[in-house]
Amino acid sequence: METLRILICDDEAGMRAAISRALRDFTVHVPEVEGEVTFRVEEAESGEQALDLISIDPPHILLLDHKLPGLSGLDVLERLSGKNLETLPIMITAYASIETAVRATKQGAYDFLPKPFTPSELKSTVAKAAKHFIITRQAQRLAEERRRVRFEFISLVAHELKAPINAVEGYLSVLRSGVAGDDPKTREEILDRCVQRLGGMRKIINDLLDLTRIESGNKRRELTEVNVCDVARTVIETALPSAQGRNISIHLDAEAPVIMTADRSEIEMILGNLVTNAVKYNRDNGKVTVQIRKRDGEVVMSVTDTGIGLTEEERAKLFQDFVRIKNEKTRNILGSGLGLSIVKKLVTLYAGEIRVKSQPDVGSTFTVILKEPRAEEVVPSAEPAANATTA
Amino acid sequence: MIRVLIVDDDPDFLMQQKLQLEHAGFEVLEADNRQKAKQIVDSNTFDVAVLDLMMEDLDAGFVLARDIKRKNPAIPVIMVTGVASETGMEFDAATQEERSWIKADALLAKPVRFEQLLREINRLLKR
Repeated sequence: METLRILICDDEAGMRAAISRALRDFTVHVPEVEGEVTFRVEEAESGEQALDLISIDPPHILLLDHKLPGLSGLDVLERLSGKNLETLPIMITAYASIETAVRATKQGAYDFLPKPFTPSELKSTVAKAAKHFIITRQAQRLAEERRRVRFEFISLVAHELKAPINAVEGYLSVLRSGVAGDDPKTREEILDRCVQRLGGMRKIINDLLDLTRIESGNKRRELTEVNVCDVARTVIETALPSAQGRNISIHLDAEAPVIMTADRSEIEMILGNLVTNAVKYNRDNGKVTVQIRKRDGEVVMSVTDTGIGLTEEERAKLFQDFVRIKNEKTRNILGSGLGLSIVKKLVTLYAGEIRVKSQPDVGSTFTVILKEPRAEEVVPSAEPAANATTA
Repeated sequence: MIRVLIVDDDPDFLMQQKLQLEHAGFEVLEADNRQKAKQIVDSNTFDVAVLDLMMEDLDAGFVLARDIKRKNPAIPVIMVTGVASETGMEFDAATQEERSWIKADALLAKPVRFEQLLREINRLLKR
């Protein structure tokens, strides 16, 4: 429920009383508001008094008579314009002349109510203003919320980029000042860390670019028949070197080729992020299993590791931007904190879902379920033109 | 030789501080987690401690500082915090009460310049 305040400015007491009476039990239904919108009416008998009341607490709607003894309705409008109030003024005019209407609109009148009017005409005008008021306010709040989210995201990005710069800068100054000494092992270690931190920074920037491309819808999607098992094999091959370094084995479990209509690069990104995580957060000598299945028109891909697992609490914040699970076990694992954000956004492109099952120190299973895009979304892959030049 | 305990979960910060302190003639004991730090604290073999306030388990710095002071109140504790740069929140122990609550003799905000840290260490050791 929501109550909007209406200020009636009219020098005739009878008119004010009649309007008050008509609006007393009047309610309007606006979809944006739970329950009904009701009204509370205040009265002013002159333009001067109205301005005083408005300066204390601006009403949501102002019913303003044009013909008043001192300041006219137009004068009142003029003084209000430029104050940037959210008040919606409705002019009440005895003889609705075009000229008054034009002038009033220029001064910011939202609507007109020509005298004489019936209670139902009054109500429908007020209802229209009330809806306009609430929808406008809603839009403003959404815009503010978007600004806030954007600002928070930018601060996070700035912070995440600053951390590696600080680290590398620190190492450079240690090297330049000679503090590091002559031990080639120390120098080697410093250079390794610098390269690692810069690599991490590049990963953040690349992930950010992927994320914004997906979110903005600017990423060109090429939907074709994709063999998901092929993609999985490519992804596993890419992950193998870092897995073998820690003696982690990666297995593909697929019964038959799983074909789906999809953008190959998107499937690669989804599986790539999941498999990389499964290796990174695994224990040495651990195991990663990639399972691909098709059932009832859905493609189910799951990646299971034998790693450190997640607590309930960690699982809850897993998909937030830049959230990396920080504890002793993950300290030396580098990552952008955006991988799962990317996976989640991609999964929504396939009206799919992602699930996580996990047990601390036993391992996690990330399961992604994708639906095939509807036929009308599928752009046939470009056929070479018949008269294409041949090399 | 004066022994400095540094506890920080940021491996880069830890290594850089260690190199600089060693260059300045200190012996450095380092710990990048709570357990390791606890062991060193229990063995009581250092002259001054530099603790990161916010480690993965948020209160690790506070708890360590309290443990150190409980064992040996004479050992100076310098608390380093990245709160301001990480969250944008002001962090400062302004009042006497706050300072008595945080068992540290000095508070430094990250990023810490080494000269600043050195000055604090020397001041607290009355060197």
